[in-house]
Order: sequence, then C-alpha cells, then structure tokens
Amino acid sequence: MVFYSRVMTDEHIIETEGLTKVFTVKKAEVAAVTDLTFAATRGELVAFLGPNGAGKSTSLRMLTTLIPPTSGTARVVGHDIRADAAGVRARIGYVGQLTSGSFAQRVRDELLSQGAFYGMTRRDSIRRADELIESLDLGGFATRTVQQLSGGQKRRLDIALGLMHAPPLLFLDEPSTGLDPQSRANLWEHILQLRRQHGTTVFLTTHYLEEADRYAERVMVMDRGRIIADDQADALKATLAGDVLTFGFADASQASAAHPIVANLTPREVTREGTSLSLAVPDGDRLLPVIVRELDAAGIAVSRATGVPPTLDDVFLALTGRTLREAGEGDAATAEEADTESAVTTTQTGVLS
Amino acid sequence: MTTTDTLVRANLLRDTRNVLVRELRPTLRDPFTLIFSLLQPLVFLGLFAPLLIGSSGQPAGETLQWFVPGVLVMIVLFGTGATGSNLQYEMMTGSHERTLVAPLGRSSLLIGRALKEVAPIVVQALIIVLIALPFGFTINPLGLLAGLALLAVFGVGLGSLSYALTLGTKNREWLFWGVQQSLIFPLLNLSGMLLPLDDGPGWMRTVAAVNPVNWVVQAERALFAGDFGDTAVAWGWLSGGAVAIVGLIVGIRAIRRSS
Repeated sequence: MVFYSRVMTDEHIIETEGLTKVFTVKKAEVAAVTDLTFAATRGELVAFLGPNGAGKSTSLRMLTTLIPPTSGTARVVGHDIRADAAGVRARIGYVGQLTSGSFAQRVRDELLSQGAFYGMTRRDSIRRADELIESLDLGGFATRTVQQLSGGQKRRLDIALGLMHAPPLLFLDEPSTGLDPQSRANLWEHILQLRRQHGTTVFLTTHYLEEADRYAERVMVMDRGRIIADDQADALKATLAGDVLTFGFADASQASAAHPIVANLTPREVTREGTSLSLAVPDGDRLLPVIVRELDAAGIAVSRATGVPPTLDDVFLALTGRTLREAGEGDAATAEEADTESAVTTTQTGVLS
Repeated sequence: MTTTDTLVRANLLRDTRNVLVRELRPTLRDPFTLIFSLLQPLVFLGLFAPLLIGSSGQPAGETLQWFVPGVLVMIVLFGTGATGSNLQYEMMTGSHERTLVAPLGRSSLLIGRALKEVAPIVVQALIIVLIALPFGFTINPLGLLAGLALLAVFGVGLGSLSYALTLGTKNREWLFWGVQQSLIFPLLNLSGMLLPLDDGPGWMRTVAAVNPVNWVVQAERALFAGDFGDTAVAWGWLSGGAVAIVGLIVGIRAIRRSS
C-alpha cells in the first residue's frame, strides 16, 4: 500500500521516477529499492524512515551519485544523476553513516580541504571552518587528528564536513547515530539553523522515531525497498495509527458487556484482552470522554481509562504488521549481503563519472 | 557564512592539486613518520653492506656504489607498494566515500594520491645518500637529480598500481596484502637489488631481464655514477615510464569504477 497525500509543487529539488536498484547476491537478484517515485520540495526537511535493510541508504547512494540505479530516473537540484553526476555533486552535501574524516588528518585541515574540493577560496574556507568548529563544539580538537577524536566528536566533524560548502541540499545518512543526547541536540540545532538561514533542504535517513517525529516536516516510510507511506508525521499517525485508547474494568464480564457499546461508537476495531478493551482512533481526545460517559450511562464502571498518542512505530505496525525493530532484525542479514555485493555489482555495471 | 559556488566543476589540475595538498598534509604535520619509515632500509644498509663489502673483496665505496641505488629502489618498492593500505583504511571508514561525492574528477583523486608518493621518496632517498656519503659512496650531482626523478616516476606508477589493487580488492583487505606480498618479494629478489644475479641460474636472469624493477635498479646505479651513456639508463627510464603509464591508466580506471 502506498499512502501519498502531499501536494507537490513546481519547486522540486529532488524528483525521482521509478528509481530501482537491483543487486546480484550469489547469482540471485535482490531488489534493494523498487520503483522509488517522489518529489521533494525546496526547503523541506524530509525523513526517510524504515528498518535496517529497507533500502534507505541505497536510495541515498543513488541520489548522491555513489551508485548508479538499475533503472529509473532522478533529478537532484535540477541535474540528472546519470547524465550530469558532477552537476549533482557540486550542489549537494552528504554525510554518510561512517566517519568522513581521514584518520591521519587534523580536524581543521580536513575542513579546509573540503572547502577547496568545493571551489571555496582559502579565505572563505578558513572563515567557514572556524564557524563550524565553534558551532559544533570542535574548538578544543581542531588540531587533533581524526583518529584522536571520540565517536561523538568524529560524528560532529562529519556533519561539519557535510555543511562546509553550505549546500542547498543536504543528505544525512543516520546522522545522529552514536551521538550523546547533548551532541544530538546541538546537531539538530545546527541543521535547523541552516534551514532557517539558507532554506537548505534536508533529506535524512533515520531509525530514531522521535527524531523523525519531532523535526521532519515530512516522513517517508520505507519497507523492503518500497515507499509505503509519505506524509507529515502527524497526518500519518492520525490516519494510519491513531491514539490508542485503553479501558480497564473490574472483571472480564464487565469488559465483555462494554465491548458492543464501545464498538457502536466507532468504526475502528475494538480488541478485548482480559479485563481491558483497546482501540486505535484518530480523534482520541474527543472520543475518550464520550466512551466513558456512554459506559457510565449503561451502568458499567470504568476503573481505568488512558489515551496514548501514537508513535511512528505504530504507523509502521499498521502498515506492515511488524514493528520497526522486528522488521530491522528480520531484514538486517539480507541488507548486509546486499551491501557486500553492491561493491561487486557496481564495479561490474560501471560508472557515474 | 559562505555561499555555495554552484558552478564548481571537475578540473583536473585544480582537483589534483587539492588532493595532493590534502594527502601531503599529514606528512608535513608529522615528518617524523618519514624518518621512522627509513628504519627498514637503514637496517638493510647496516646489515647487508658490511657483508657485501666483506664478500666482494672490493673497497667499501665501490660496494656502496652498487648497493645504495638498490636500497633506494627498495624504499620505493616497499613504500609505494603498500600505500594502497592508506586508501584501504579510508574505504573502511567513510573518508573515501566523501571524496567520491565531492565535485572532484575521479582521475584527480588517483593522480593526486599517486603524486604524493614523490615527496617521501625524494626525502628518504636524500637521507640515505647523505648517510652513505661518509662511507665512500660518491654521487654525480646531475645523476642524483636524474636518479631521484626516475625514482619519483617509478614510485607514481607503483603507487597507482597499489591503489588499483586496493580498489579491486574492496571489502577483502586480506587479498590486498596477499597479492602485494606475493609480488613484492619476487620483484625484489629478481631485480639484483640486494644480491647480484650474474652468477644466478639462467631462469632467474631471464626473468630479471623482463622485470622493470631490475632495469630501474641498473639505471639508478649508472645515473649515480654519472654514466649517462649506459644503455641501462634508457631501459630504466623506459621501464619506469611504462610502470607509471600503466599504473595511472589502471588506477584511474579502477577509481572511476569505485563507489
């Protein structure tokens, strides 16, 4: 099932049409990404959410020209990823999952090199590097080599490298993995500031549900290589998951008696488990007191009533029947195989020059 | 904050220079690594030279005249042959991937890295020469310059091949070292670098005749002695140049396919 509801404007910074990547693993074809079709609007903050092996990183690697698609097309910042890969590269920032800095290099040197790679003058590079070093709390480590940094410091450097040339479109692959809460908050502050000041479009993959929920204006849920939902987090939760209402009763007979009454008040499925009834509804705030009143009027005492807002995990569960964690565990092995094979396949299939 | 230069495009010279500067920085920041990597050739010089002097019955100066150029080629062989491991490390982390996403020409990524090999080769060779001078080793200044240039050309080729091997053995680092070690030692022993091949079996001399390392060693000996008319000089340049051209072609092809 694909759930699209966003209206797409003309100002698309990413446009894909049927983007597909098939790897060959032990002579068998494995579709890592199938028919990826979407458009991202300039200035949006889009989160690609899904379990390990869902195809998020492969999608990002295609959009950043690291690997060629098997089929389909994509334009990134107005440039075709196949026909004008260099044009794409000049206009995007990319922060991969692994450490971007070379271990033998000093932090500040790596930033200056990055500036030079993107055609910045030395003066601009120095100013920008110092800005990033300060804002990402790397001041005490600027003359240290990358290998001397802690995991969190390395990650902050990765982000600084991705932001060095202030790109109009920034791809972040699991950007906050390995960061402590404070560093993560700092990182997000910087990303949001970049967006406020320059209207930078941010496209990120994450499996931190709360991050996608809190920061992303748009969430694309991916599973087994396909986009299965695409909307604002709140809309996805309201439409696909809903608030989870739970009512507790003194005994199982009361729960049984309450079941038809509650079921009459909503078209949603009501589940009885022991002495409890539960249901997921889009408008829990409104319905919860209504149900309590109706049960009270019928002479059934409610001993406990709770309404829990849904999470994106509930959305994933509603869409796939699995939680993100379950899906991640199931698909991780396949993803690992495909990743290993990608090197071989890409070598064979050629180049994006 | 700087605005993005959205017109930046790959430019071979500019990108190569930028990659070269980046690659040289760690060495410039910490030149001690260059000195430390001289340990092995110094051990060879200290342990082999007295043996050769004793067994040859020749004066120390003459023996060093034969031996030192071989040690210089050995530095190049070991140093540049293993340089792919630096790239291997960057591929295991995300550093190489980041450069692939940058608007740099793929060729520049390889050429810049390969040119970086010139700096340590020249510095290390000069240090070895300076150490050998008090023991009777003599040099022709022009020959020294030509010899260093040949070592640099040869080193760029070997470095490129080492990078190509790294790229070709992605995710299988053990294979890189297996292939590298399997090639280095036969190339070294079949070059007459440490021991003369004149009295060796015919098959060894036959293989040595097609071993480019052998010709580079012989050319270095002739150049350091100022014997520019020796045909070995021409063969050495031909061999070193061929290694450089083949290395760069193979390396550039490999990095263009890299992801």
